[in-house]
Parts: sequence; C-alpha cells; structure tokens
Amino acid sequence: MAQGSFAESGADLELVGITKRFPGFTAIEDLNLTIPAGSFFALLGPSGCGKTTTLRLVAGLDEATAGRILIGGDDVTATKPHQRPVNTVFQSYALFPHMSVLENVAFGLKRRRIADATARAHEALRLVELDHLAQRRPQQLSGGQQQRVALARAVVNRPALLLLDEPLGALDLKLRRQMQIELKSIQQDVGLTFLHVTHDQEEAMTMADTVAVMNKGRIEQMGAPEELYELPKTAFVANFLGQSNLFTGGVTSSTASSIVVDIAGRRIEIPRERAQRHAGEVTVGVRPEKLMLHTAAPEAGPGINVVGPGRVVDVSFSGVSTQYQVAVPGLGSLVVFAQNMVFGPVVSVGAEVWLTWNTDHGFGLADDPADSPRFAADTDTQALALQRRQTLEAELEGV
Amino acid sequence: MAFGAFGATVTATPAEPAIRRRSRVALFLLLPGILYLALFFLAPLLSLVITSFQAPVEFGDIGQYQTAFRWENYTTVIGTYAPHILRSFAFAATATVAALLFGFPLAYFIGVTLRRFPLLQALALTLVIAPFFISFLLRTLAWKQLLSDEGWFVSALHGLQLLPPGEHVTGTAFSVVFGLTYNFIPFMTLPIYTSLERLDLRYVEAGGDLYATPVSTFFRVTVPLAAPGIVSGALLTFIPAAGDYINASRDFLGGTETAMIGNVIEANFLVLQNYPAAAALSLVLMVAVLVPVSVYVLRSGTDDLL
Repeated sequence: MAQGSFAESGADLELVGITKRFPGFTAIEDLNLTIPAGSFFALLGPSGCGKTTTLRLVAGLDEATAGRILIGGDDVTATKPHQRPVNTVFQSYALFPHMSVLENVAFGLKRRRIADATARAHEALRLVELDHLAQRRPQQLSGGQQQRVALARAVVNRPALLLLDEPLGALDLKLRRQMQIELKSIQQDVGLTFLHVTHDQEEAMTMADTVAVMNKGRIEQMGAPEELYELPKTAFVANFLGQSNLFTGGVTSSTASSIVVDIAGRRIEIPRERAQRHAGEVTVGVRPEKLMLHTAAPEAGPGINVVGPGRVVDVSFSGVSTQYQVAVPGLGSLVVFAQNMVFGPVVSVGAEVWLTWNTDHGFGLADDPADSPRFAADTDTQALALQRRQTLEAELEGV
Repeated sequence: MAFGAFGATVTATPAEPAIRRRSRVALFLLLPGILYLALFFLAPLLSLVITSFQAPVEFGDIGQYQTAFRWENYTTVIGTYAPHILRSFAFAATATVAALLFGFPLAYFIGVTLRRFPLLQALALTLVIAPFFISFLLRTLAWKQLLSDEGWFVSALHGLQLLPPGEHVTGTAFSVVFGLTYNFIPFMTLPIYTSLERLDLRYVEAGGDLYATPVSTFFRVTVPLAAPGIVSGALLTFIPAAGDYINASRDFLGGTETAMIGNVIEANFLVLQNYPAAAALSLVLMVAVLVPVSVYVLRSGTDDLL
C-alpha cells in the first residue's frame, strides 16, 4: 500500500476457493465469499468452525493452502501482512506493553510515514473517549479501555478493511452493549468495511448488515440477520441462531402454494417458497415465539397448524417473556416463548395445552438435524502419510 | 478511580501493624545474608581502602607497608596505568557487543524457533551450558593451542595469504577479545533466552498488521520486549570481562601489549608486592565500572530488570 496516504474508502473483500489445511485437519474447505465495500459483515459460528482462521488468512498472518484473496480487486494472496490495507483488532488486543497508549495508536501511522501522526492518534483516542489516558501504559487500563485502545489503534489507520476477532469477548454484558453501539456508529461514520468474527449470535445480529453462519469450515447460510432468523435453511442455522422447534416427516400432499408434512399423524402445512425440499422426508420448523398456547382444543382452520394436546413440563420466567417446555406425544419437547401480557405465567406445570401457529411462520430445511459432518477430518495417520508421499513424489517429479 | 482510592484508605489503617510485623520477619530472614556480606564483602573492602593509602616502611623489606594517608598512590596508578584501564574497557565493550551478536540470534533460535519442540529446546539449552562442565582455564588453554602458530588455523591463514608471514594470532588484541567473547557467550545468551522464551508472538503479529516490516517489527517490538534480558546479559558480560586477567594473560591468549587492568593488579599483588598500588587500582576499577553501569541501568529502566 502507498506510503503516506490513506485508503479512500472501504474496499470489497473477495475470497475465491480458499482452503486451509493444518497437519491433521481441514480448517476451511473451498470458501467463496464476497463482502461489498462499506458493509458490516459478521462471520458467525461456534469455536473451531474456521472463522478465526479465515480472518487470519485475510490479515496475512497465515497462508492459505489454496485459493485467492482480493481486496478492492487487488490480489493480495502472496503479500505480507504489512503490505495489506488491513488492520486487525485482536481478541487478545495485543497492545505493545513497552509503549504508551498514544505510541500504540500512532504506531501504524508512523510506519506508513503519515504526517502529524501524533495529532491523528489523539483524535482517534478522542473518538473512543480515552484521550485523557494517552500517556498511560496499556497494562494500567481496564479490559474495556484496552479494547477501545485496540480499536483506536486499528481505526486510526483508515484501513480499507477492518478485521475484528471477537474483540468484545472479554467485556461484561453492559460494556459489551455499549461497545456494540459505538462500533456500529464508528463504522457508519468512517465508512470502512468491517469483517467481524464472533460466536455470539446476538452480537452478530445487532451489529452486522450481513451475517454468514459458518460451520465446519464452510458457510452454511448468508444473508441479512432477519432473513437468517426467519428463514433458516439448515438445521445448524436454525439451532445456532436462536432456538427452533424441528420435526421430521414425509410430504403427503403439495399444492402450488404449500406442502403438507405428516408428523406423527398431524398435518403440518408449510408455504412452498419457505421450504427447501418439496418431496420425501422433510424437516420443518417453527420459532418458539411464533407458537400460541391454548388451554382448550382450538378449531383447526385454514392457515393454522395445530399441535396437541401436550403437557407443560417446565415454566421459566425471564421478565419480558415466559419460556414453556411442552411435551407433545409423538413430537417430543417443544419450546414456546410467550410475551408477558398479564402478570406471571398463563399456565402452570402439568397443564394440558394445545399449540397453534400461522402456517406462514413455518420453514422447511434442506437437511436433517442428524446430518453427518460436511467433510470428514483427515486426522488418521494413513491419510497424512499418503499426503506426505504425494507431495514428495510431486517434488521429485519436478526435479 | 475514586472508588479504588476509598477502598485503599479503609484497608490501610488496620493493615499497618501487620506490615510492620512482616517487615521484622523479613529483616530476620535477611540477617544471615547481611552478616555474610558484612563479613566477606564490607570488611575486605575496608581493608582494601586502608591498604590503598599505605606508604612503604622506611628502610623496610620489599612488601612492607605501614598505615598512612598517601593519596598520591591513586594519582600514580592512574597516571601509570591509564592505557591499561582504557584497554580493559575497550576490550570488555567489544567482547560485550560481540557476545550480543552471537548470543541474541542463538537465544532467539532456542527461545522462539524451537518453542514448538520442547525436547530440542532443552537439548539446545544444555549445549549452551555444556562448556561449564569443563574449567574455563582448560578451555582457554585449548584455544591457545588451536590459535597457536603451529595450529591449523594460523597455517591456513598463512596459506591463504590472509596473515603476513611472521605474524601471530595469539598475543594480539584479537585473540584476547575472542577469548573474552567465547567465555561470556553463555552469560549473554541465557538471560536473553529467558526474556525471549516469554515473548508473546501476538505482539510480533500485531507489528506486521500495523504496517511494520519484519525488520522494523524486530527492532521496535522484539528487541524492546527482550530488553531486560539484553541489559542483564550485557552486565553479566561487561563487568567480569573488564576485570578479567586470564584471557589477556601471557600464559593464555594475551601478550605484553594486551595486558588489561586485571593483569596489572595481579602483577602488583603477586609479583611486585606493591600492595597499595594494587589496592588503589582495584578501587579505581570498581568505581570505573560502577559509574557507567549505573548510568546504563538507570537509562534502560530497572522496573523489568530485577
């Protein structure tokens, strides 16, 4: 990147066929991803799903086994970290302990010989409201303050792409909420492209424009937070992003607008465009807050799915809503969130209840909850030995 | 902040007697050390100071002195041996820099590169310490053999026309500095290793992420974080090297023109029996080492050093 100048604005990030193998396992398998300039993109997934590895590949801290990385259209796959227009807010912050807060923030500017680095560093510290601590050492600050210094140290460089590696993980809930809002406003103010890696689904949904749910080195589903939540396409997404009630059964009839699935003798109707598969065994689901509790058998009608009778086995009160566990014979345990419109729970443990939901609220998945892993980990020694032999043979042939 | 200050004042009052009691226990535990130092360091030092002002006994034998206040002893030894003092410092400083140039990469290799292989790391550390199993006198004598005129090294230099005929390697400033460097490399390497072994490589990654080239990251991140080790290593090398009298001795790697202050003190004590001169020189050396070392320690910041 050019010395002495800033990136004009955020840049597109494009990952083409990225694969990363470590000795013994595959962290990322053939990942294709395009993040448009100026967006706040979240990579969401459980630990070990490959999201941090993806981030390290983009930062240049690790090398991809195969594939290309493009930032703003330029291929940066073969470049070193210091040559990329990218800055990272590390999970551990990695603030230099032998420098003051100000020196930490000015570090990147000075390496790029940007004019009045110190003044710009002060400005960035004012943005995170820490200018009064500029002369302190990082280890004299609290965790939240260190996190803000780490953010200032990255943002001050106006990188085309800002990478955030679970930077809010060490903060308590209240501070995390506050930082989420601050991060989002900084992103909107400076117009950078943010790539945020997190395992916290709430964080990803509140902050990001686009969320990609990652599992076992692949992206399961990508889209706006509402879209991912309302219309999950796989069992993993349905369960990782919020909670879901899932049932599996065969399709008994289908019309132009909907399909009907038989689950333990009950008819469950799903809109055709909300189902990924339309024949054979299909897994369908509904979110807990879409379910309605009834103490008397409701009338079955068009546009309504009815399940019951079942028995309430657990009630837990959480303030805004009450969570009920309802055991329905043949279906297992269902979760219901009911808003607290009256004081206290509406029904108590042991009550006989029926559940209904609008057919438009259901969704049909592309896979089954019990689906096997997407690819087997090549951990056995035989596979490793074979891999070694093949690379050696390839080398010998090259000679 | 106000909260913390409040908490501190509240707890300070009842804690005070406990602290006083604890300091008395600490004093008691330190007593053996203090007595040892008083007996074996302060007493000889005092004796050395007294000796340094002594005057020869009139019409007495060689080596007979009486208590006096002859401060001219100091001006005389400084006047006579100034070149030796300067040479000592030059040799010690050169050896310290050379030991750092060898020791740092070695320490980095063991502490950082070998981090993923604990067994190899332990083996490498053992190899660094291994020379200590043989007396350094023997090892220095071995180097005298290797660098002697009959040795293959000098023959090779003569053969390659790199050394003019009739020139030697032993007895030169080079061989003395070489010997000092060789003997002190482990003392330089081990403290630096301790610093680098704890080095968090995420700082190095952060340097690269913030546009610093690998070279820039090395000098701005790695070296400052290893500074406590470098300072300790430099002190452990420079101080004993400045007073060394083995490497520069004519029996080992030195010659007449390479005598260091240690050789002069040794000669005055054991050969010339000029005890006041030897004592005065010892004290001059002590002060001459203490002053630059204090400045160095103060400048490099002691908080992380001890």
